[in-house]
Amino acid sequence: MMLGILGGRIYDPQNGKDGQVGDIWVKDGRLVAPEDVDREAAQTVDATGLVVMPGGVDIHAHIVGGEVNSGRKLRPEDHRGHERARSGSLRAGAGGTVPSTYLTGYLYSELGYTTVMQASTAPLVARHTHEELEDVPNLDKGALIVMGNNHFVMQCIADKQPQKARDYVAWLLGASRGYAIKIVNPGGVENWKWGKNVAELDDEVIGYGVTPRQIVQTLASIADDLGLPHSVHIHGINLGRHTSARTTVEMIAALDGHRAHLCHLQFLSYGAGRGHVHKSEAAAVAAAVNANPGVTVDIGQVIFGNATTMTCDGPLQYGLHRTTGHKWINDDVEGESGGGIVPITYKPGNPINGTMWLTGMELFLLIDDPWRVFLSTDHPNAGPFTSYPQIIRLLMDRDYRREMFESLHPRARRGALLPELDREYSLGEIAVITRAGPARALGLEHKGHLGVGADGDIAVYEEGADKEAMFTRPRYVYKGGELVARDGVVVADVTGRTFSVAPEYDTGIEAELREYFKKAYTVSFDNYSVLAGHGAATEIVACG
Amino acid sequence: MSTVVEHVACPFCGCLCDDLTVEAEGTEIRKVRRACSSGLGIFMDYDPRPRRPLVDGREVEWDEAVAEAAKILSAADSPLIYGLSSSASEAQRKAVALADRIGAVIDSTSSVCHGDGSLAMQAVGEPTCTLGEVRDRADLLVFWGCNPDASHLRHFPRFSLTAKGALTPNGRADRTVYVVDVRPTGSSKKADHFLQVDVGSDFEVLTTLRLLVRGLEPSVDTAGGVPVTQLKELAERMKSCRYGVAFLGMGLTMASARQLNVAELFTLVAELNEFAKFSVVSMRGHGNVTGADQVLTWTSGYPFAVSFARGYPQFSPGEFSAVDMLARRAADAAVIIASDPGAHFPAAAAAHLERIPTIVLDHGPSVVASHARVLFPTAAYGVDAAGTAYRMDKVPIPLKRVISTGRVTDEEVLDRIIEAVA
Amino acid sequence: MSERLTMITGRTRKQAIGMHKGKDSPEYREATALVEMNPEDMVRLKIEDGGQALLRTAEGEVELTAHAGSLPAGLVFVPMGTLVNRLIGTETLGTGMPSFKGQKVDVSPVAEREGAS
Repeated sequence: MMLGILGGRIYDPQNGKDGQVGDIWVKDGRLVAPEDVDREAAQTVDATGLVVMPGGVDIHAHIVGGEVNSGRKLRPEDHRGHERARSGSLRAGAGGTVPSTYLTGYLYSELGYTTVMQASTAPLVARHTHEELEDVPNLDKGALIVMGNNHFVMQCIADKQPQKARDYVAWLLGASRGYAIKIVNPGGVENWKWGKNVAELDDEVIGYGVTPRQIVQTLASIADDLGLPHSVHIHGINLGRHTSARTTVEMIAALDGHRAHLCHLQFLSYGAGRGHVHKSEAAAVAAAVNANPGVTVDIGQVIFGNATTMTCDGPLQYGLHRTTGHKWINDDVEGESGGGIVPITYKPGNPINGTMWLTGMELFLLIDDPWRVFLSTDHPNAGPFTSYPQIIRLLMDRDYRREMFESLHPRARRGALLPELDREYSLGEIAVITRAGPARALGLEHKGHLGVGADGDIAVYEEGADKEAMFTRPRYVYKGGELVARDGVVVADVTGRTFSVAPEYDTGIEAELREYFKKAYTVSFDNYSVLAGHGAATEIVACG
Repeated sequence: MSTVVEHVACPFCGCLCDDLTVEAEGTEIRKVRRACSSGLGIFMDYDPRPRRPLVDGREVEWDEAVAEAAKILSAADSPLIYGLSSSASEAQRKAVALADRIGAVIDSTSSVCHGDGSLAMQAVGEPTCTLGEVRDRADLLVFWGCNPDASHLRHFPRFSLTAKGALTPNGRADRTVYVVDVRPTGSSKKADHFLQVDVGSDFEVLTTLRLLVRGLEPSVDTAGGVPVTQLKELAERMKSCRYGVAFLGMGLTMASARQLNVAELFTLVAELNEFAKFSVVSMRGHGNVTGADQVLTWTSGYPFAVSFARGYPQFSPGEFSAVDMLARRAADAAVIIASDPGAHFPAAAAAHLERIPTIVLDHGPSVVASHARVLFPTAAYGVDAAGTAYRMDKVPIPLKRVISTGRVTDEEVLDRIIEAVA
Repeated sequence: MSERLTMITGRTRKQAIGMHKGKDSPEYREATALVEMNPEDMVRLKIEDGGQALLRTAEGEVELTAHAGSLPAGLVFVPMGTLVNRLIGTETLGTGMPSFKGQKVDVSPVAEREGAS
């Protein structure tokens, strides 16, 4: 199968292309040099006047697994009115903020996205994540495995056994077919099982005596020692609180030079405002990010409208339930994690929501290097992924941004930095923050660019003044060289791959784990690994 | 050939105990260790003899059976797919694919089990936890309208009543246990406190507890037949425990107030979290009914009683739930997978299955299989087929193939039918 | 004489064991063809412990072996299965769930048949 996309304006930041007119060639699913193609036999597409980019890479979205599925089940009202009928071989689905799996894949195709990372998975239920990923078409994917409240990890820290922690983490990534180490409110979720939380990096985790600082440092260090393609991925402490900016900056300092990706940073960048309305401390947080080249972030931009909050941060989610009065799911997961779900609606007239919105915008505009700041809504927490084009427009069009700023409640606008920030992202920078940057941060060498050897994941857009319309309706989207969407409508259902890592470890730990499982879990050690049983086929990405 | 398979998961009930050892001689299972008396029969009474599909009671080749099934489904205006709870998720996913393809209604045994719990969760949410949390942390257990002593025989020793865990090293002695039911049971005899509720009065008792938890004084001395003094004691214990867990069963979901009962319990548990950590766990009956919920939800957005008749998923218990579809004669063909509504549905609903052409996939005889127009003898997941099942607390457990009979699976049959109706 | 009592149905250990043997097995029949009743109700209705009781609803009727059990007055328990399902209606109150617990049922002794052979 050979395909040529000819004469388009190519935005391939990794390979220095910033709108130059050129051709790209795909053969057997990969980008190839023009001389490797039989032009007579190739199918060609005239991309004259069109923008050609790599397929989108979403570094953090909650799309599958136990928590997401509970969120889907919780909200029939979220799906009604957002259904999608079957069409040919395309499956029916129900949408909203937590769409069903087939529709999730199709909606991403319709935006031009081709790779998505499932934001959090407790390893005990990883089997569910992988099974559900099999029913998400048109995307390549991976799963981030939560470890920041893992009993075995915390015990290793308490016992001062970093080598054992490292072997355990390596084993765990293999057993769960995970892609990277995820941390959510380190220590806080364990304390939530006692009805408590953490508030400072040096607070103690009940029953272990270890601290959030130690948990973060241990796991960040392990991610680097194992040479994992992606750094440790952190949802820090104090999400949503006025102390969050301070502890975010403290945590960055605590990384001590280790790589880290801070997710949905907007939610963790607040300072004390007046009354119960926080204020944005984006400037301080952005300064810390700018000063630490090993740190990448995604924003978690708030979108006004309906959302569903779902995180492993149990105490946070309970707090949201108490504040909003909305229905609440909590799920404590033995030995590993926890979490909760609460529906929410963000309104420009709500001063707290307004502050959240402008915090995200300020972070986007104050973090200097687009290779280290990525577009996200922490889907579906701050908004659904289908809103990504709106964010692109806000970043590229300061008048539109100003208009939306003016619609915020006056208390949110007062003293805000945003009106002074004139910066507009260029198309090339958008290509970085939605494709090239996340792919590089994830260590996915064949994604996010259009050089020879890259996967044939390509999105072709028609440029217009309204950038939201432009990115909502790609002219063509290819996954592995196959056309999956045309004119913003999905046209094919193809199977994607799941990436995982399998770092080496001292297999001697398995005997200890077998004994550990008898006391610590309610499933047999031999049944825990995703490989025991259905065994989702994944593609291993090398470490080191 | 003698085989010993370890770490086998029993597929019978929502406990999915995965510590069984099964010894077999060829396809004859000889011995099972650690199964309870309810699960033992799944293995020991399994008939491994190869069987042929039947059409109208006549043995036929697989191709003919598939063709007949496809013919029935293609001609049907309103097909119903039901069961699923004793099948693996791999097959459940195919069942939804079939429903999507032919515009069928698809429902699982949830609708006659904990479907009311799903409706309650959709209304008010649900604070829950996995079973290891119960074992390790819970110092207060409240079994409401359920009788694990009869329905989930290893629940008490593995997860709850007597299980020993990190914070409960003394097992039973580290816990206070309540049973709330309309009559004494094997479970209530093992509890510290038994509250006997008048039939149909659970809602009143739950509401009274909510009042007491808020520090309000009821103006009555008894609620639902239970003295308020006893309820006050329970409320105080609930507010001061380290980690409380309520379990609910059919006593709430099947009683006259249905999902309103469960919603009241879920609300009570949510409100208790202001004072103490409290969770609620539904005692899911069938081995993989939780899987059916999960699969239907991720593929369609809704957990049970789903219709694809309009080309997109619609959710409506009472309309698309199987008992209603059959009682109103709204279904004109049925595919019954690993389930026996012939035995477990009210007779008037079961009778309709004898009027319409029914396609049955099951490993053994059943009432509905005996009337089937087309019968596919499939493997039993967990015995002679491997697959994935979901425990009552949503933890996924791999089911093993313990003996090799060469039987086809529900997944394979459904695949062939999907191909044939295309 | 007959009285309207309240019926609940449910799982028992023997019903589960019998089910694996097969629904036409004697074990299943024995496990499901029974009704547990409050002893005082039985005396009042003149149903002997181990005797036959007739249960009737608008849906149908079934004969079951009666056993005295720890039931409160007015409540009877029948194991889930093919027999009791002859008595249960199909109204689900919009939930999908029939009245497996709480169905009203008319209970009377089955008269001794004379000259049974």
